[in-house]
Amino acid sequence: MASMEEDGSVEEKDNNNKKRTKSAIAVAWLTFYNIAMTAGWLVLAMAMMRFYLQKATHKGLYKSIARTLKFFQTVALVEVGHCAIGIVRTSVIVTGVQVCSRIFMVWFITNSIKQIQNEESVILFLVVWTLTEITRYSFYTFNLLNHLPYFIKWARYNMFIIMYPLGVAGELLTIYAALPFVRKTGMLSMRLPNKYNISFDYYYFLIIVMLSYIPLFPQLFFHMLRQRRKVLLGEIIVEKDE
Amino acid sequence: MKHYEVEILDAKTKDKLCFLDKVEPNATIGEIKSMFHKSHPQWYAARQSIRLDPKGKSLKDEDVLQHLPVGTTATFYFRDLGAQISWVTVFLTEYGGPLLLYLMFYFRAPFIYAPKYDFTTSKHWVVHLACMCHSFHYLKRLLETLFVHRFSHGTMPLRNIFKNCTYYWGFAAWMAYYINHPLYTPPTIYGEQQVRIALIIFLFCQVGNFSIHIALRNLRPPGSKTRKIPYPTKNPFTWIFLLVSCPNYTYELGSWFGFTLMTQCLPVAFFTAVGFIQMTVWAKGKHRSYLKEFRDYPPLRSPILPFVL
Repeated sequence: MASMEEDGSVEEKDNNNKKRTKSAIAVAWLTFYNIAMTAGWLVLAMAMMRFYLQKATHKGLYKSIARTLKFFQTVALVEVGHCAIGIVRTSVIVTGVQVCSRIFMVWFITNSIKQIQNEESVILFLVVWTLTEITRYSFYTFNLLNHLPYFIKWARYNMFIIMYPLGVAGELLTIYAALPFVRKTGMLSMRLPNKYNISFDYYYFLIIVMLSYIPLFPQLFFHMLRQRRKVLLGEIIVEKDE
Repeated sequence: MKHYEVEILDAKTKDKLCFLDKVEPNATIGEIKSMFHKSHPQWYAARQSIRLDPKGKSLKDEDVLQHLPVGTTATFYFRDLGAQISWVTVFLTEYGGPLLLYLMFYFRAPFIYAPKYDFTTSKHWVVHLACMCHSFHYLKRLLETLFVHRFSHGTMPLRNIFKNCTYYWGFAAWMAYYINHPLYTPPTIYGEQQVRIALIIFLFCQVGNFSIHIALRNLRPPGSKTRKIPYPTKNPFTWIFLLVSCPNYTYELGSWFGFTLMTQCLPVAFFTAVGFIQMTVWAKGKHRSYLKEFRDYPPLRSPILPFVL
């Protein structure tokens, strides 16, 4: 842009020494929210177990829990709001990316492409998500109540080492299984000519999504590893300055 | 004349990196940077950030040693800004790309569209018009970079060139692909009239944007880095300064809005929207620093859109 901005170079970060104390309403709301989400994912976990124990198959399992899953996963969008208004000290973008990828998997893959709903990979990521979310939300809840049992902290910062790769595998296998059906139906795609002069091929879009896991997954994984070293092992990590 | 001693410490590790004795009291930070560069050749002056406090603001090159709040043994903190590249280089690269890329699509170079369309031309006159406008716009930017703009900073971090080029080149290719596509649909809502109005808006804003760049250039004498409040001049296109702090962005938005209307192409609309968001962020920042720096800053002005934003 033709500008004489000083912002092209390194910005000086404001030395903000103000201590961020949360308001009582914020704490109350967050506590309620995290308890509710822990409960929701526990309900999902129990529904999944009950289905499998009763029917001895995973076929039809997704359908039976679809509504509950869609509700609790979609509600997670408010977490982006929490970061945006500052009551949760996490980057809006990181939270946004994580929540959006979940919403994407639920609404734009599993929910809309019925033929892959009985794939084993779906069960894989559902189990991973359920275990991860129960741990995560109970961690937040206990943190807010200032009574964090060590085993919850341990779980949050160790389970991901197995859960992340398994979850990624489940998601990627599901998207891969969906590809032929996307191709056949041409869903969510738009071809030329049209009056907006744009085209979109959902099939190739999905392939790009799958490829994007390659740079993104390691970043998220190593971020969690660094958090683990700081929290569990008490390491002081000097952040690389930008 | 009493000489100063200058020690430079690493801002993060506090290691002593350099000790300069017998420094003139009227030495500038710029001169100190050159002396530091001699002992550490890998850190040329442009990538040095020298400050009084490890977490404080960078000192300016023009700051004079004896006017700084330091004793006769001055301690400065150094931070490496990383590899730097000149603003001019970045601008030429990021603008040259779109210019050339768009033309490749316009002339339908091979491997873009189906082979039977190679080197053919579109039958729609709006496509030729769009090519002329797009090319004119980027040519104007290149010439302004070379002859009009006066930059406060010489350099920016090297990684910016990858970021910026991806943005400009990516969007240019995306837009050009559809506008020059054999299956392109010319504006349907109001047809020829839409294109004509769009062209007028586009040209008006190009002249406006150029007028603002000239006005801003004239605020600053050659080689200086002074900052003054811009005011309307005799040129009517600059009268918008009465209502807006950064009319160059206002006109830029107008140009792309016109181009969107002209081509009726959704990728162009997206490009306009993203540019608008970015320019608004810059305009708000500029507006804030104007307000901070000048007590008598005109209160009627908004950052980018009169009365609105």
